[in-house]
Amino acid sequence: METPLTQHISASRPPLNLRDYEQVGGYQALRKVLKSMNPSEVTKTVQESDLKGRGGAGFNTGMKWSFVPMNDGEMTKYLIANADEMEPGTFKDRLLLEGNPHQLLEGMIISAFAIQANISYIFLRWAYKKAARLVRHAMDEAYAAGYLGRNILDSGYNLEMYLHTGVGRYICGEETALLNALEGKRATPRTKPPFPQVSGLFGKPTIVNNVETLCNIPHIVNNGADWFKGLSPGSDAGTKLYGVSGRVNNPGLWELPMGTTMRELIEGRAGGMKEGYKFRGALPGGASTDFLVDQHFDIKMDFKSVAAAGSRLGTGTMIVLDDRTCPVGFVHNLEHFFAQESCGWCTPCREGLPWTEKILLSLERGEGRPEDLKLLALHTQFLGPGNTFCALAPGAMEPLQSALKYFREDFERHINEKKCPWAKDHGTH
Amino acid sequence: MFWQISIGENVQVRLLFVLNMLTAEEITEIDHEIALVPIRRAACIEALKIVQQHRGWISDESLRAIAEYMQMSPEELDSVATFYNLVFRKPVGRNIILLCDSITCYVMGYEKLYEHLKAKLRISFGETTADGRFTLLPNACLGTCDHAPALMINNELYRNVTREDLDGILDGYK
Repeated sequence: METPLTQHISASRPPLNLRDYEQVGGYQALRKVLKSMNPSEVTKTVQESDLKGRGGAGFNTGMKWSFVPMNDGEMTKYLIANADEMEPGTFKDRLLLEGNPHQLLEGMIISAFAIQANISYIFLRWAYKKAARLVRHAMDEAYAAGYLGRNILDSGYNLEMYLHTGVGRYICGEETALLNALEGKRATPRTKPPFPQVSGLFGKPTIVNNVETLCNIPHIVNNGADWFKGLSPGSDAGTKLYGVSGRVNNPGLWELPMGTTMRELIEGRAGGMKEGYKFRGALPGGASTDFLVDQHFDIKMDFKSVAAAGSRLGTGTMIVLDDRTCPVGFVHNLEHFFAQESCGWCTPCREGLPWTEKILLSLERGEGRPEDLKLLALHTQFLGPGNTFCALAPGAMEPLQSALKYFREDFERHINEKKCPWAKDHGTH
Repeated sequence: MFWQISIGENVQVRLLFVLNMLTAEEITEIDHEIALVPIRRAACIEALKIVQQHRGWISDESLRAIAEYMQMSPEELDSVATFYNLVFRKPVGRNIILLCDSITCYVMGYEKLYEHLKAKLRISFGETTADGRFTLLPNACLGTCDHAPALMINNELYRNVTREDLDGILDGYK
C-alpha cells in the first residue's frame, strides 16, 4: 500500500531537511514542471487526477485553479497554503508540517506556477510553534538552494514566499475570512461571488488550498493522474490522512486509501473502544459534520459515500462519542465552540448559536422543557445552508441535527429526569 | 530641537507622539512588515503582535501609538485587535496557560484539569494570579487530539496531561 504523503515521516526520525528531502526525490517534480510543462498542463494533470480539497469542502483542486484568469500579462496573483488547522478534532496538517515541510513547499511552488502566481503565503496557526520553526527553516533552505526567489532553477519563473502566523480565531480557516486576516482586517467572510480565484487577496486572483491538498501535488506531477486515481479503490482518488480520537485504544492518524471504511479505522487502526466503553457515534471529519452511528460502520469514508450516509467526510479526522459521555454535553461543547467562534457578521449565526448553546446548557442542568427540542430543531433550519455568509453556522448545525435524530431519547431523558444522567461521569457543567 | 523643523504644527505633534510611544526597535520591526505588503494597514496585525511581544499586552496607549503609526484610527485598529483572541487588551501574567476545552479534550476529561487548576491557582478562566505568575485561558482545539487532553503554557505544548502531571508542569514556570 502506497503512502506518498507520509512515507518519509516517522516519530523515530527528525523531520526532513532539504538534503534529506532531495535524497528521496524531493524537488524532482518541480524540476520536471519547470523544464517540461506549461502552467495549463499542470492544472490539467491535477484536474484529471481528481484530487479533491482536503480541507473539508472536497472541491476538485485542478478545477478550482482553472478559474484563475491566465491571460492578464503581469497581473499579481497569490497562492496561499491554508495551514490554519483549527477544526476541533483535527490534527492532520500538523503532521505534514512538522514531518516534511519541504513537501508542502514543493507543492506550493508547483501550484503557484500553475496559476502563475508570484507571491505565496503560508497562513499558519499560531499554536503550531514547532511547525513555524520548521517551515521557516525550510523556506530559508529553499531560498538558498534557488527553489524560491527570482528565476527559480533558471526557468525565468519568480516566486516569493511568506510565513504568516495568525493570532487566533477559527473563522480564519474560512478562505475569504483568511484573506481579510491577511489584509489586516477582522476575519469576517466575504460574499461570493466574486470568488477568490478572480478577486481574492488585495483584490487579485488568489488560490487558497489546504496543506494536505498541496502536499499531494508533487506526487501527482511525478507519477501522473492515473497513478493517483489508482491509489484508491473507491470513487474518490488518492490517499487520505484519517484520524481517530476519543475513548479508543489507539488514537492516532494514518494515511490510507481514500474510501477506507469506518470499521477499519475504529476497529482496525484505532484498536476498538477502550475497555469499559461502548461506541455510540462519531463525527467523521471534525466538529462540523453529522454523526455517523453503528449502522454506518461499513461505509467507505470518501466524499460521496459519507454524503450519502447524511454526513460529510470533512477533514477525515473522526471524533468518537462513547457511552460514558453525555451526548447532550458533547453537543453543548461543540455549540459553545461555534458560538464563541462566530465572527458576528451575520445575524443567524451571531444570535442563533448562543441561543442553541444556552438551550443545551439548560438541558444539561436539568432545566430543560419539552418544547426545547422543537426550538433546537428550528435552529437547525434557521442556521442551515443558504441563510448565512459562510459555512460556520450550517456546519455547527450538523452535529446538532444528527444528535437530535440518533440520540433523541437521551435528550428526552434530560428533560424527564430533570438532570443530566451522565453527571456523575463528567463532573460539573 | 527637531520638533521645530516646520512641516506644519499638527503633523509635528503627531509625529512626536508616535516617537514617544513606540520604541525604535518596535518601529524597525513594524517597518519590516510594512515593506512586505502593498497597503500599509495590512501590516497592522503584525504591528500588534510585535508590540505585544515587547510589552506583554496592548494597552490603550500602545493601541493609539500603533494606530497612529499605521495611519488608522484607534477605533479601527481596536476593532481588529479585539477580534483576535490572542491579542491581549488586558494585562496578562508572566506565563499564559491555554487549556484546550474543545471536543476531544472534553471527552477525555479536560474539566478535571480545569478543576485542579482552579483550586491550585485560585483563578478561573480569564483571570490572572495575584502574583502575576499565571493567566489561565480556555483555548479552542490545539490540534493534537490523539494525545488529549492537551494544554499549552507560553510556547510549550503538553499532551496526555493528567491531574498528577499538572503540579510538576506548573513548577517549571516562575
